Amino acid sequence: MSETENKPLLDVENLTVRFEVSRGGGWGKRSYLYAVDDVSFTVKRGETLAVVGESGSGKTTTALAVARLVPAYEGAVKVGGTDILGLEGEALRKARQRVQFIFQDPYSSLNPRQRAEAIVREPLDSLSTKSEAEKQEIVDRLFRAVGLRKEQQRLFPHQFSGGQRQRIGIARALATQPELIICDEPVSALDVAIQAQILNLLRRLQAEFGLTYLFISHDLGVVQHMCDSIAVMYMGKVVEHADRLSLFNNPLHPYTAALLSAVPSVDRARREATRRILIPGDPPDPVNMPKGCRFASRCPVAEARCRESAPDLRDVGGGHRVACHLVDERAVSPLAALT
Amino acid sequence: MTEPLLKVENLRIELKLRDGVAPVIDDLSFELMPGESLSFVGESGCGKSMTALAIMGLLPEGIGRIASGKLIFDGEDLTTASEARLRQIRGNEISMIFQEPMTSLNPVITVGEQIAEVLRTHQGLSRKAAWDQAAELLDAVRIPNPRSRVSDYPFQMSGGQRQRVMIAIALACKPKILIADEPTTALDVTVQAQIFDLLRDLRAQTGTSIIMITHDMGAVAEMAERMIVMYAGRKAEIGPVDQIIDHARHPYTQGLISCVPHIMSDLTETREELTEVPGIVPSLREFGRDQCLFASRCKYRSGECLQHRPPAKGFGNGQISDCWHAEAL
Repeated sequence: MSETENKPLLDVENLTVRFEVSRGGGWGKRSYLYAVDDVSFTVKRGETLAVVGESGSGKTTTALAVARLVPAYEGAVKVGGTDILGLEGEALRKARQRVQFIFQDPYSSLNPRQRAEAIVREPLDSLSTKSEAEKQEIVDRLFRAVGLRKEQQRLFPHQFSGGQRQRIGIARALATQPELIICDEPVSALDVAIQAQILNLLRRLQAEFGLTYLFISHDLGVVQHMCDSIAVMYMGKVVEHADRLSLFNNPLHPYTAALLSAVPSVDRARREATRRILIPGDPPDPVNMPKGCRFASRCPVAEARCRESAPDLRDVGGGHRVACHLVDERAVSPLAALT
Repeated sequence: MTEPLLKVENLRIELKLRDGVAPVIDDLSFELMPGESLSFVGESGCGKSMTALAIMGLLPEGIGRIASGKLIFDGEDLTTASEARLRQIRGNEISMIFQEPMTSLNPVITVGEQIAEVLRTHQGLSRKAAWDQAAELLDAVRIPNPRSRVSDYPFQMSGGQRQRVMIAIALACKPKILIADEPTTALDVTVQAQIFDLLRDLRAQTGTSIIMITHDMGAVAEMAERMIVMYAGRKAEIGPVDQIIDHARHPYTQGLISCVPHIMSDLTETREELTEVPGIVPSLREFGRDQCLFASRCKYRSGECLQHRPPAKGFGNGQISDCWHAEAL
């Protein structure tokens, strides 16, 4: 192991993304929706970090901001030590080669009027200076790597099934030999039997090319299978961040526990052992966020201080970070006292 | 022994294609008991939703038709019932919740009116009585402040609330059968858990039978007592849910269970490769052939799988598998 391999490849510091919204303010007053609010996390080289959360939690916006597909308002996104948020022109083009994206919907993320080979070659055309012959060789190799046949290069997207289209999307993301690939719900539009094919492919490619994944998903079963560590988001904040076993075996934040308890399971032992943690009501209005903990209104164990001040994300031992007033260094779930 | 509430016998539904017809449901038989919860499982294009639409008498007109077989509901064959009679049954005795709560409500009519309409049509309630009961139904599906929310429009509600409104509409006339077609696919997992709790409670209170269509084995395990696994328009396996999950007797069922990474009670460091079911569901043109339609994706394939359609093999415990190799699995 050399020095560089232990350093995080991706280091996101205090990332904030806000959108202007037309309501709330009076004359000349603008109000903002903080979709991602002061979020920090790191991903080690060759590992996978999952960002999980429900719709509206800000997980996709985080991914888009890391890839510079939406502008960040504050913070830093360091890839291999370089902050890519400030880059422009040629330097940004270089950075884009290192960070690529796999989109959720394989039906709308491929240009229907381009042939498969042209789609996969496009990142090379716009980001690299390779010769035609080199590009063709890379495209051939990528088609083999993702399990497509050479003669399929001439086909158009509509001639492929959903799983095959996602393979094309993956080949496109690999074209510039990136270090970091952001996978935004890469299998949620696919049938269950096809999901397994794509998940296995992603893991094989990771081992083969030493890729680092930022994996956005709402499916905790898939996350459990794919990731080394997990960040749970709620209303634009990271509420818990831990390695895979700690998070699944000892979830500390009440929201994480509720999320895990809601996943239907085929394992009878788990079904019988799990007590459903109900979180009634709806999330707060994202434009007028409460001043305390954002989960307090739905939390079964919230206290007065939870409504007064927002908890910071802090380490409670062994790199397990959680943003909850009720968790201390003993790392005991506050819900344990409920029974 | 109670009589089954719904008895489907050798149902065959044909869909008109540009070149000929395809049997999207091919010789399907099953029974639904009063108060029972049954699930249909399979990938898209396997005929799950078609079965539901056939029971509702809502097959796409001019394209799909019931070619043979019977749908006996409460002693009455629905395949020969008149359109007027079907109208009486639909929404009254058999009702349905659709997948997309966003698109299946009318956006320009208040949710209260959409519930009240069902009550006026089927139960002949007055305007006032129907409106009052609409508010009560919103309360029953646990929407807070039902008295004021009843005049909301669908856009004023969240996805989970809209699906609750759909459930309120479906349950307005206390149907004997509730068909839920992927009721939670568009919803977040915590909302899904709430909807499942709601359906379970309502079923316990009203004794309604539930037919749930899904692709999620976890949801089946939570919600249903029996399941039917469908593949390419045919029944692959039928039986009690726990038994099938413990020991599936059809390679497709096994594939469906093991291809999804599940959260288990004893999570460890090791992660196996997921079992892949290679290939995809065959195209409609291949439906109806005299062979096992799963054979092209099956690792147990042998000569007879390609020559004849596999017969149903029972295992004495209610589990039936349509596979040539069922005993060996």
